[in-house]
Amino acid sequence: MAYITIGIFLLACALLLWYFPDTSLLDYGYAELNGFFSLVPFLFMFLIPAITMRSFAEERREGTYVLLATRPLSDLQIILAKYLACIVLLLFALIPTLVYYYSIYQLGLPKGNVDSGAVIGSYLGLFLLGNAFTAIGIFTSSITKNQVIAFAIAVFLCFFAFNGFDSLSKLFELNYLETVLINLGINEHYQSISRGVLDTRDLIYFISFVLVFLGLTKFVIGGRKW
Amino acid sequence: MSIKVKDLSKHFSSQKAVDSISFEAKPGRILGFLGPNGAGKSTTMKMLTGYLAATSGSIEICNKDILTDGLAIKKQIGYLPENTPLYTDMYIREFLSFVGETYQIENLTHRVEDVIKQVGLTPEQHKKISMLSKGYKQRVGLAQAIIHNPQVLILDEPTSGLDPNQLADIRTLIKNLGQDKTVILSTHIMQEVEAICDEVIIINKGKIVANATIDELKAQNKTNSLEEVFRKLTN
Repeated sequence: MAYITIGIFLLACALLLWYFPDTSLLDYGYAELNGFFSLVPFLFMFLIPAITMRSFAEERREGTYVLLATRPLSDLQIILAKYLACIVLLLFALIPTLVYYYSIYQLGLPKGNVDSGAVIGSYLGLFLLGNAFTAIGIFTSSITKNQVIAFAIAVFLCFFAFNGFDSLSKLFELNYLETVLINLGINEHYQSISRGVLDTRDLIYFISFVLVFLGLTKFVIGGRKW
Repeated sequence: MSIKVKDLSKHFSSQKAVDSISFEAKPGRILGFLGPNGAGKSTTMKMLTGYLAATSGSIEICNKDILTDGLAIKKQIGYLPENTPLYTDMYIREFLSFVGETYQIENLTHRVEDVIKQVGLTPEQHKKISMLSKGYKQRVGLAQAIIHNPQVLILDEPTSGLDPNQLADIRTLIKNLGQDKTVILSTHIMQEVEAICDEVIIINKGKIVANATIDELKAQNKTNSLEEVFRKLTN
């Protein structure tokens, strides 16, 4: 199932970046991957919940969670293992897209005329963004027995965390709340890393984001009543 | 490696699934856990394995409290849950190795081989779990419960859905395992209790109504059939 999800993700990336005229890198005329990096978060919003939705929801439905819970493992070990498994899948989805960097590198005029620093930063940003989405997905999978519900809530929460705070901040323009809200959203920190500058504040933001959602998962799993 | 349970209760909102029960189980004895459906057998077993937290009361396994030494105790327990949940898209060996790894067993491939032989899975050993019949799934469930050679075995209806031949095999296996381990098993089949259990606990509506050896039970109730005792005590 994971292979199919990753396959669809890569297919969608390829189509949108090279084929569909509205978003095509070739028609754009500049040798840069910005289009790719602004597109992938929206694909991740669907890809990652699809990967994570099974992790706890299915185990609860099938009753197999008892097999894990009665082993000499702590709840935290189980959660982290599931989380890391999803991160590995995420990397497998991300690594093939390095081909795009190579293509753009070759297409540049003169050859190699690409802002490599920004690309590295953007990949790091994507990876951190993926981590945040995965943590959301793991959490929503733990609160329900139904994979579809887990998927739907995760998509919504990912979208809201990425974009929602920005839109919300527009309600409070020229107010100190505006900056607070913008800084709560993933987008602001993602953009900041994408510029190729790794700020510890952004790093701390993503790490705390992941910890909060994994902590919530532990809270839900620890107080299980099923 | 005994099990000591004291005043154990589990409440689900207003319902008392298990109501202040106390009992002991000793190594080398097989303890049969009987009771009508919904009496609290599975709930008690889930608490013994540390899957559910008790509302009140204490559980001591191998002289360790389950609340403070949970992880150490779990290493000593083998558990076969009811309805035998398994990762059905795994292969038998893959699944057993995965389970073995969680106990950090040394020489794992060898141990998996042994367990497959022990539960009689050899003819089916290369199959996916989803392709197995109910009886063989049950054996996989048993295999995952004994792979780390636990001191305590908790089996929730280990023989449900087996044909008579398989039944005999599994009973012999449990009886052999019970020679040096503490075994608690639940069942609805009275002949099975007479065939393999040394002691019997009958539980009804969350309370223990009988706790004795089979012969004692029959003598107390002046009858020769365990079924009659069961019906008398739980009706």
